[in-house]
Amino acid sequence: MSETTLSGIVGGIAGRMPKFLRRADPAVVTAFACIVLLLFLGSLYSRSFLSPEYLLQQLKVASFLGVIATGMMLVILLGQIDLSVPWAVAAGAMMACAAAAYGPAGVALAIPFGVLCGVAIGIVNGIGVAYLRIPSMIITLATNAVAQGLMVVYTGGFSPQDSATAAMRYLATGFTIPGVPNAVIIWALIGAAMVFVLTRSSFGRAVYGIGNRERAAYLSGIDTRRIVLIAFAVSGGLSAFGGVLLAGYASKAAQSMGDAYLLPSIAAVVLGGTSILGGRGSYLGTVAGVILITLLQSILSVMQMPEAGRQIIYGVVIVAMLLLYGRAPASR
Amino acid sequence: MRDWRYWLAEQRGTLLAFGIFIVMFAIYSANHPAGFTANVVQTAANKGVLLAFVAMAQTLVVLTAGIDLSVGMIFTLTNCMASWLVIGTGLETAFGVLAVLGTGLICGAVNGAIVIYGRLQPIVATIATGAVFFGLALLLRPVPGGSVNEDLADFLTGRFFGVVPASLVALLVVVLVVWVPFSRSEFGRAAYAAGSSETAAYMSGVPIRRGKFLAYTLAGLLAAIGGLFLTFFTYTGEAAYASGNAYTLFSIAAVVLGGVSLFGGKGSAIGAIFGALAFRTIGDLLFVFDFDPLWQPLFQGVILLIAVSLGAFALFRVRNRLEWFL
Amino acid sequence: MDGAAPLFRMEGISKRYGGVRALEKADLTVTAGGIHAILGENGAGKSTLIKVMAGVVAPDEGTMTLDGREVSFASPAAANQAGIVCIFQELSLIPELSVADNIVISGPPKRFGMIDRKAQRRIAEEALARAGASDIHPRALVKDLPLSRRQMVEIAKALARKPRILILDEATSALTASDVAKVFEVLKRLRSEGLALLYISHRMNEIAELADHCTVFRNGRNVASYPAGSKSDNEVVELMIGREYSHIFPPKPGSAPAATPVLEARNLSWADRLDNISLSVRPGEIVGLGGLDGQGQRELLLAFFGVLRGLRGEVLIDGKPVSIASPTAASHGSIGMALIPEDRKTEGLMLPMTVRENLSFAALDRLSKAGIIDRAAEQRLIDDMVGLLAIKTAGLDIPVGALSGGNQQKVVIAKWLMRQPRIILLNDPTRGIDVGTKQELYQLMRKLADEGAAILFYSTDYDELIGCCDRVLVLYDGAVKRELIGDGITEHALIASALNMQGDDTRFGLGGKA
Repeated sequence: MSETTLSGIVGGIAGRMPKFLRRADPAVVTAFACIVLLLFLGSLYSRSFLSPEYLLQQLKVASFLGVIATGMMLVILLGQIDLSVPWAVAAGAMMACAAAAYGPAGVALAIPFGVLCGVAIGIVNGIGVAYLRIPSMIITLATNAVAQGLMVVYTGGFSPQDSATAAMRYLATGFTIPGVPNAVIIWALIGAAMVFVLTRSSFGRAVYGIGNRERAAYLSGIDTRRIVLIAFAVSGGLSAFGGVLLAGYASKAAQSMGDAYLLPSIAAVVLGGTSILGGRGSYLGTVAGVILITLLQSILSVMQMPEAGRQIIYGVVIVAMLLLYGRAPASR
Repeated sequence: MRDWRYWLAEQRGTLLAFGIFIVMFAIYSANHPAGFTANVVQTAANKGVLLAFVAMAQTLVVLTAGIDLSVGMIFTLTNCMASWLVIGTGLETAFGVLAVLGTGLICGAVNGAIVIYGRLQPIVATIATGAVFFGLALLLRPVPGGSVNEDLADFLTGRFFGVVPASLVALLVVVLVVWVPFSRSEFGRAAYAAGSSETAAYMSGVPIRRGKFLAYTLAGLLAAIGGLFLTFFTYTGEAAYASGNAYTLFSIAAVVLGGVSLFGGKGSAIGAIFGALAFRTIGDLLFVFDFDPLWQPLFQGVILLIAVSLGAFALFRVRNRLEWFL
Repeated sequence: MDGAAPLFRMEGISKRYGGVRALEKADLTVTAGGIHAILGENGAGKSTLIKVMAGVVAPDEGTMTLDGREVSFASPAAANQAGIVCIFQELSLIPELSVADNIVISGPPKRFGMIDRKAQRRIAEEALARAGASDIHPRALVKDLPLSRRQMVEIAKALARKPRILILDEATSALTASDVAKVFEVLKRLRSEGLALLYISHRMNEIAELADHCTVFRNGRNVASYPAGSKSDNEVVELMIGREYSHIFPPKPGSAPAATPVLEARNLSWADRLDNISLSVRPGEIVGLGGLDGQGQRELLLAFFGVLRGLRGEVLIDGKPVSIASPTAASHGSIGMALIPEDRKTEGLMLPMTVRENLSFAALDRLSKAGIIDRAAEQRLIDDMVGLLAIKTAGLDIPVGALSGGNQQKVVIAKWLMRQPRIILLNDPTRGIDVGTKQELYQLMRKLADEGAAILFYSTDYDELIGCCDRVLVLYDGAVKRELIGDGITEHALIASALNMQGDDTRFGLGGKA
């Protein structure tokens, strides 16, 4: 079945749905439909696919990507992109673990310190994009390289020896509410905050406005540069926080732990219907995109698909989905 | 009299990159324990030429005001491919080389088709195709290995007449065969025109799409030549994610150092070559001054950051703030 | 005419953009070996006419014949093929390429598949020489040339295409006086070589010097055609006027208010676009900006709104000098300025966003507490505005792009009124909207002024300036040339001063670069 007929069918079903669903973006609905489809295919392959334990485990894995994709979405809504995710993730993880080596105060401040390192990377990005007007993909690549360089110097080129604090491990793997992993709760909280910011705050309105037409936003008296700076700082901070959680999950940081999150975070946002050109998209879509990507990864690994196949399928799926609904309007 | 001044103005970026390279290389060889010998030059050339090929590839795309974040992965993919195919008898080797270069062309054409006819943003499109190319590379070489026709490899990485590094000669040949005809063709000019001002190019009836498509396709070819040479130097193929990404990143740095504008329409692949050589030499400077090699990634990152920030100075000349938002 | 067979003829050409008619059964006849001037005020249909000729837009009806054969052009390239080349006002040169590359941009000479640079350079040098600009080096980059030289390259580029009909649309507007003289020589030579030239200019003295034949356009139609020199300037102006008054304007208050000016400029200059402008606007006053399009009116409004850098001179608010560095500074705080921008689709609105989001966008800081939008307050204010401006929309949560042009413009204005601005700058707000909405806007402007707002109003429609404004400042070449007050604001006075003719008398002005 081709994707167009799929979304057509979904659209048809949507017509008979309650109002809040009918107003939903077809891309979001398509993404959720794909999730259902994946679960169905997975359950054909193995029965345990629909068990609550498995699904909760998937949600937990998804929450790391979810936190990182939240920041990415904010930047993409502006019509920009953040390619410094890999080493913002790694820097957050490493710096949090490193701080933990400095006595009780270090342990207490480990998480905020890690996040702050990510914010610092984001601020450099933001200054470059907003004030120096360097294309975001270029400046974020450069800060990514600098962050990498700093981390290599810090670790001496070896896997970092510091281990995660108890608090980090608790956040990533513990349970505050029985049965619900803390990581999932954290993602839910961050997601709820993001939804609130995007829909209810003047900052959120400004983000959408800038993404749609920066010129009009500027002429409307919005301090567009400040908004862009803040968005990049938040993105850097959330990437680092994702790294902190990942370090807690694995008990320690690793050199290239962030590499696996760049493409998926962009893909999750874009597959969720957020326009890569900015200005359009809902957080619900990003949630769908994150779950979709995580399930896809999980199924591929359950099927023992090697890394090579996973990369290829990723790339192809992303290009295919983008060609379906992410194209620029035809010029002339 | 006046002609050479215009020539100078046209080549300013290239000459600047050339100057930076000469200065850096002078410092490098002056402080090298072995001094300025054919051996030192050969080693430096072999390292620099790899990046030079990838930087040329990036230049073609950047001239159209696009970007190719998959060049490093095409480079990696063709490296893995060459480690299977460029082996055996002369005929087999020749066939292998052609297959590798053809693969590069196809990769570039796929990028071009997606960006131009699919109307996707070059960043996302090439990140995604980069993942596919890397996946294919991994499929070919799950673990490092393979081999290459060593006679050919030694010939192309050795020295002619005992002094001239063969890799530099190969680079020169590629410039003459690929870059010069492209830049002087109608399509090459269309690529420049599209990068400089797409509207004006349209109003003037320039073949924009074909020019851009050719630029992406040839970029794939040049990256493949780079991948081929990597195989000649290492004798193996390796699907190394980090190295592929690093080449993409460094190609952008080299392009900027080489005076090619990231906003398109301005610069030349020759400049990018010198940018690449200069970038490599700067990175290696740390070694001759006995710095811990650990500092190299940071050093290169900072150079990149400075290089991309230089373009921002034009901003201070903008007198109508609306021009910030094109 | 005069016996010579027409080279090109347009008959009954009509073109509508939405509900607005740009051309209504217009006719034009072009003969070889003549220079034909086209006159008309802003929006008379001149530019649409030449766009039809040059293949940029397709006419809704009518026929075009070339050499007696009926033709139609699908693209500018097709028109070029037929020998019709147009030099547009917006430059079509590629900045990073050399002059020679630009002149021979389409169909360059080739050797071995590559562009033959020597041959190309020869062609470029010839074309430059023909255009009287052999001082331009063919290797120079276009972006390094000043505007007047670029215009000469544009002319050379057109000549290199070997046209039979050459259209010059305000092609001399950026040129220096000595260049204009050179271009005139070239044009006269081309005429003697048998080309047909269409010349569109607002400079009466140029037309007097150059044209053989003139056609006056008004309201999308050709209203008069006469041999050059057979009518006085005064008669020409009368021909250009003569529009029916279709708008109803609210009555003006009798005398100007005597309060101190809220907005004042003293000797304001910027780059080469604004030249020593001084003006003042008092509360309750509507001050118009007149003149031909592109004489610095837009830049003046942007300058007040904090968009331009490197302003010289002073801006005073309430009599106190201020430095306004951004639209944020202009609109927030005590200044209370609003700008209704020129292009509502790219500068005024975010078309895909909802009516609600657009309406509150400029007033977010007022509608939110600690960054959180007070949705009840937002709803109240939006309801007020929708009522005040009678915005017709199917709901507040549909994309603003789905509204009609007039209602979109109302949204742009309403979003600024949500801030209750004291100073309102309007940049041609009625362009492309229907008559009914226009009338509503005129009423609204007067109402706002009566409530104490100071309004600076640029319009390309002279009727509007006459009907709405207490005073009108006419700009020419970035400078205020004339101030018209009260009953002195007449169409005749507006057109005469817009063309920079001295006063109301009929003699020529001092020339283009006065």
